[in-house]
Order: sequence, then structure tokens, then C-alpha cells
Amino acid sequence: MDAWDVVADAAENLYPARMQMALSLGWHIIFSCFGIAFPLLTVFTEWRGHRRGDAVLTGLAHTWAKAMGVLFAAGAVSGTLLSFEMGILWPGLMDRFGEIYGFPFVLEGFAFFIEAIFVGIYLFGWNRLSPRAHMLSALPMIASGMAGAFFVVTANAWMNNPTGFRLDGDGRVIDARPWAAMFGPSTWPQVVHMLLGAYMVAGFTIASVYAVGMLRGRRDRRHHLGLLIPLTLAAAVTPVQIVVGDWIANTVAENQPAKLAAMEGLYRTTAGAPLTVGGLYYDEGLHYGLEIPKALSLLIHHDPNGVVQGLEEFPADERPPVNVVHLAFDTMVGLGSALLLLAVVLGFTWWRRRRIPRTPWFLRAVAVSGVAAVLALEAGWVTTEVGRQPWIVYGIMRTAEAVSPAPGLFLGFYAVVVIYLLLTALTVFVLRRMARSGDTPAPQEVDAEPPDRSPGEVALR
Amino acid sequence: MSLAEVVLSIMFVGLIAYGLFGGADFGAGIWDLLAGGTRHGARQRDLIERSIAPVWEANHVWLIFVLVVLWTAFSGAFAAVVSTLYIPLTLAAFGMIARGAAFAFRKSISTLAMRRFLGAGFALSSLVTPYFLGAVVGGVASGRVPPGVAAGDVVTSWVNPTSVLGGVLAVLVCAYLAAVFLCADARRDGATDLAEEFRARALGTAAVTGAVGIAGLFVLRADAPLLFDGLTGRAAPAVVVSVVAGTAAIVYLATRRYAHARVASALAVTAILVGWALAQYPYILVGEVTIEEAARGRATLVAMLVTLVAGAVILLPALAYLYLLFQRSPEPGSGAVSSDGVRSGGI
Repeated sequence: MDAWDVVADAAENLYPARMQMALSLGWHIIFSCFGIAFPLLTVFTEWRGHRRGDAVLTGLAHTWAKAMGVLFAAGAVSGTLLSFEMGILWPGLMDRFGEIYGFPFVLEGFAFFIEAIFVGIYLFGWNRLSPRAHMLSALPMIASGMAGAFFVVTANAWMNNPTGFRLDGDGRVIDARPWAAMFGPSTWPQVVHMLLGAYMVAGFTIASVYAVGMLRGRRDRRHHLGLLIPLTLAAAVTPVQIVVGDWIANTVAENQPAKLAAMEGLYRTTAGAPLTVGGLYYDEGLHYGLEIPKALSLLIHHDPNGVVQGLEEFPADERPPVNVVHLAFDTMVGLGSALLLLAVVLGFTWWRRRRIPRTPWFLRAVAVSGVAAVLALEAGWVTTEVGRQPWIVYGIMRTAEAVSPAPGLFLGFYAVVVIYLLLTALTVFVLRRMARSGDTPAPQEVDAEPPDRSPGEVALR
Repeated sequence: MSLAEVVLSIMFVGLIAYGLFGGADFGAGIWDLLAGGTRHGARQRDLIERSIAPVWEANHVWLIFVLVVLWTAFSGAFAAVVSTLYIPLTLAAFGMIARGAAFAFRKSISTLAMRRFLGAGFALSSLVTPYFLGAVVGGVASGRVPPGVAAGDVVTSWVNPTSVLGGVLAVLVCAYLAAVFLCADARRDGATDLAEEFRARALGTAAVTGAVGIAGLFVLRADAPLLFDGLTGRAAPAVVVSVVAGTAAIVYLATRRYAHARVASALAVTAILVGWALAQYPYILVGEVTIEEAARGRATLVAMLVTLVAGAVILLPALAYLYLLFQRSPEPGSGAVSSDGVRSGGI
């Protein structure tokens, strides 16, 4: 065991454990967005299809249900890894705070259970249930998807603003009140931000698939609807998200001033603080950024001369890594603004002309909007998670105290990298196959391969 | 019964459910692995896919349920177990990812090579995952997890006689349960020849499992005396129930009463899990930490109990509906959905 003992060091584990968690969560968060938002889009389309007797709409809903099944499976298994990692990587957190931090996950467990049951019923009951019963079976799936997101974000909000307990002289938790702990100051803004983010990610991503198809000349009704329905949802949500963004920034300023200072790259506590876009942080300041005078004070305090706390207020070992947080935050805001512009263009054209814009540039923009929404989601998540550092429980427990000191732990990180590379490649591959085989051949591609496999090939497997 | 014991018992019900339903899904994957060549195994694989596709995700969530209850109500013990046994747990989690993804993706893919690759991933991980979970149980039950974060030996805690026994038994029990469950599924579909094949497999695995179980008692006596004393003492009635139910299941299988065989088999497996729990009572970490010592604050336990009861009221009817819906024979004319419920409408 001597060889193991050499590496049996929590400090050695901190970086790979963080990276493993970041990779697992960063992957899972995309799929959970689809778990939250995709059922709503699918059942809405199915409902319109039944109401109007429109086979194109029901067909579209059916294709989406299949894609949803694949995405849900990927989300379920990646979520399982996370529930293991919570204990494997951060036993210090679970040991000390499990009774508070863990509780929302019990509720989430039930939400996930209900979701898994009704995903099974919805996907596999397509031809077994009446249309009405089938659509009703989607409602618990939609509700539990949202509830699950609520519970998980609640736990994260608690890490940002721990409440609902007291500590005794040795730092042990006493008087834990798990229900109260779920409703700290960060909970509601974070939950709403996440839910809207999920609708944006799913909406823009699905729309972008059909935009690519239309750019390749498939201008049939199916593609038109496949683009319009998810894009409308995403575009309707985007302006609201910007307002919620302001709400959450104010919550951060009030409860986690160090995180806000890192987001803005602000070193000195300043009255009338400028908002700096971009730039690099070094030597206690941002360089090469674009400054908008007094804008930060205006945003945070709604007063151009308000005082914003800078990083100098905090000891050096309690400051988050500024460049990562600042650039991630700018990326999120920048991409969010670009998506808002897209939403405005769509809304304006629809208002004036009752159709989507005809220019190929609009389709190109929609085609990249999915990637943009996913990047904005990841950037936002990096902002809140890295911005919380060095704390795992803000102001109480450092991430370094929570990490497992088990020998050899770092090897898990490499394994997870390999597994997620494979899983990503497979997911993309399978979805692309489905996109190809599920399409009605457009007139210009009737000589392409038939959409369904021959009976012989089905038997041969 | 104390509050902590009530919460732990509810968790244990979840563990039993995972063992029975999740276990049968793993076992189905093992039979998928052993189904033979592409052409020969096609019908068996089709049956396996049809019987687990709608339910595996729901069955899988039982494990999540067990984990979240443990980490909230018994956080310290949970941290100790998971940080010491992190290697087999990581491997089991990887197995679950490979298995779930491969299974879900396989039915959306039509090329033979890719289906073979995914099928192999699904089947191999169905074998690997229960082994490591069984090894974890063996490590805990033989008292190899001391309290404290990563305080135990990260290797010998799961590479030891009791863990090997636990792993092998887990694989065998999964395979057995799946074979029994598939007998009835095959007969309902009218595939009598497949039912016969799975019946032979169920009987074969039952014999092997029984033999390993008996040999295992000697392993436990040498390697985990505390557990052995419990199994032959306080937990002896549960062991007897398991043996009787197991024998009954064999009789039912021999006489082709598959529905009865299902119930008897489930009872045998349940009894052996209950036996484990009784044998290590009142310890949660054998020899070191009792249930009462490990339990967290009263407010948390009460909140937990309220959630578990309220959750069960919502959950159980939904779960029952899921099983009833897919245990009914498919309606005539919907044969097109057979192997993949959502294929036919892919306009």
C-alpha cells in the first residue's frame, strides 16, 4: 500500500475531482434541459396534430418522441453517475451537510421516478393508448421534469446561500431544518433562470436542426413547422430571461459580492462603477476591456453612483478565479443578447407579415442558435459554479475540505473523459441516424435510401 | 422501531425493489449476452428488448432512491461507504451508463455492425454492474468499511472473499430472476419454444445459485463471522423462508406454472436480502456504527418520512399502471410496434 499512500492526498485530488464533476455536470445539464422542455413541445405538437387532423404535425410529434427517448436515456444514465460522484468525490460535503443538502435530492428522486415512469408510458404507449389518454400521460412527465429541475437547483442555491441550520462550536450542523433550507435567497431567481434556460436550449436546438434542413433545400411543411414551433417557444422566453438575468445579478450582488466582483472583474470598491465587457484580468485590474461608464452601478443599484464592492474587500484566498468567471459571464450575456436579437427579428416579421423571415441569413442564424444557446447555458453554469469558489458551501466549507482523500481518485477523471467522449459521439451518431431515417423524403430526394429498414435486416441482428 | 429504523426500512424496501426489478433487467442483459449468434439469438434478444424497454428506466430509479435516502438520513455512514468503496461504485456507475445508453440507442439503429457493438456494450455491462454492486454489499456486510471519509482500504474493501461471493451471487440472482420473468413473457407472446429455453436456463441458474449459496456459508464463516452468526442466528428464519420459496419456485418451474414461479422467486430473493439486513442489525457499518448512531437530526428524519409517505402515494399507482400497461398482451394489429414502440409512426 506504500505506493498508494504517495498519492493519497486530498490536495492532489482537488483538481481532477473538480474537473470530473465539471465534465459530468456540464454534460448532464444539456440533457436535463431537453428532459424539462422537450415533452412540452412534443405534446403540444401532438395535440395540435390531433385537433386539426394534421398528419404532418402528428408525424413530427412522433419523431420528436423518439429523439426525446434517446435524450432522456442519456440524461438518466449521466444523472446516475452524478449521484455516485456526489459521495465519491465530495464525501466531506455529504458527511457534514448531507442531511440538509441531500434532502432536495430525495424529492428530486421522486420527481425523476415519476418522469421515468411516464416517459415509458408516453413513448411505448403511442399505439396502445387513445390519443387523449396518451396526451394526458405526458402531463406528469412535464410537471415532474419541472419539479425535478426545481429540487436540484434548490440544492445548488443552498450551496450559494446556505440557510436552514445552525453550527455548534466544532462546526457541526445542529438544528437542521431541511424544508427551510430549500428556500434561501438564491432559490427562486436560480430556479426561474434555469427553467427558462432549459426552454431556450431545447427550443433553439430543435429549431436549428430544421433550419439546417431548410438551408439544404428541404422547404416542406414538416420542416417549416419543425422550425417554427420550438423557435416560437424559445423566442417568447428569451426576453423574459434577460429580465430574470437582472434579478439574479441583484441577488448575487447582495448575497455573494465576491462572485459579482469576479463576474465584472472589479478589483477596487467603486462608486459609479463601469461595466467592462471582455478584457483580461491581471495585476488587480481588467485590461483591454470595453468600458461602459457607470453602467454596473446602474444595473446593480439602479443608481449610476451606487457603490459596488470590489475583490479587494476579500482575502486573496477567498477570491474566485476572475478570468474564468468574467469571460464566462460575458459569453453568457453576449450570446443571450444575440438570441434576443433573433427573437425580435422573428417577432417583428411575424407581427407584420405572419410568416418567418425569408432571407437565408435568418435560417443561418437559427441554425447556429442551438449551439449558441447551449454555450450560453454552459457559460452561465461556469459563472455560478466557478464564481462560488473556493467555497463548496459559501462562506462555510471550502471545496478543498470536501474532496475525498482516497488514493487513486484522479484516475477516475481520465476514465470519465473517455466515457463521455464515447457517449457524446454515440448520441450524436444515433440522433443523426434518426434524423435521416425519420424524414419524409422530399421530392428531390426520392431516390435516396428508403426511410425504414427492410424486414430482412430487422430479423438479422 | 425507532424513527431512524423506519426510514432505513423504507430505504430497504427500495433496495429490494431494485434487486428484483433492476436485477431482472440486468439479468436480461446477461441472457442477451449469452443468446448466441446474430441469427440464432435474434428472437431471444427481441423478447428481452420488448419486455424491458418500457420499464428499465423506472426500475433503475430505485437505485437513485436508495442513494438519496442514505445520503440524507445517514450522511456520515454514506460518506464512509462511498469514499472507501469508490472504485467498485465508479465501475458500477460506468456499467450503468454503458448499459442504459447502449440499450436505448440500439433500438434506434439499423445497421448490423453498430447494433452488434451496442448490444455487446449493453450485455457486458449488464454482467459487470451487478458484480460490482454485489461486491460493495460484501464489503459493507463483512465490516470492511470503518467510519470516516475514505478511512477504509480502497482495494481490500472489495477484493476479498465476501465481496467476491456477493458479486457472483448478485450476477447469478439477476440471471435467475430474468430467466424466470422471461418464461412468462415468452409464453404470453405465444413463443413456447423460447419459454422452454428460458425455463431450462432458470432451472440451471437456480441449481448453480443454490450451490454457490451453500458454499458461500463456509466463506462467510471464515471471512465474515459477525454476518455468519447473524445469518445462522437472528436471521435464520429469513434464510429458511428463502430456501423454501426457492424450492417452491423450482417446483413451479418444473411444472411450468410461470406466474407462481415469479412470485416464489421474488420471495426467495427478498428473503435473502432481508436476511442480510437482519444479520447485520443493529449495525449500519458492521461492528462500528449502529443505525441510531448514524441517523441524522430528528427534523431531517421527520421531513424524510413525510416525503417518503407522500411520494409513495403518488409513485406506487403510477408504477402499477406502468407495469399493467406493458404486461398486457399487445392488442392485435399493433404488431408493428413490437420491438420498438415508437418506430412505426416515423413518417
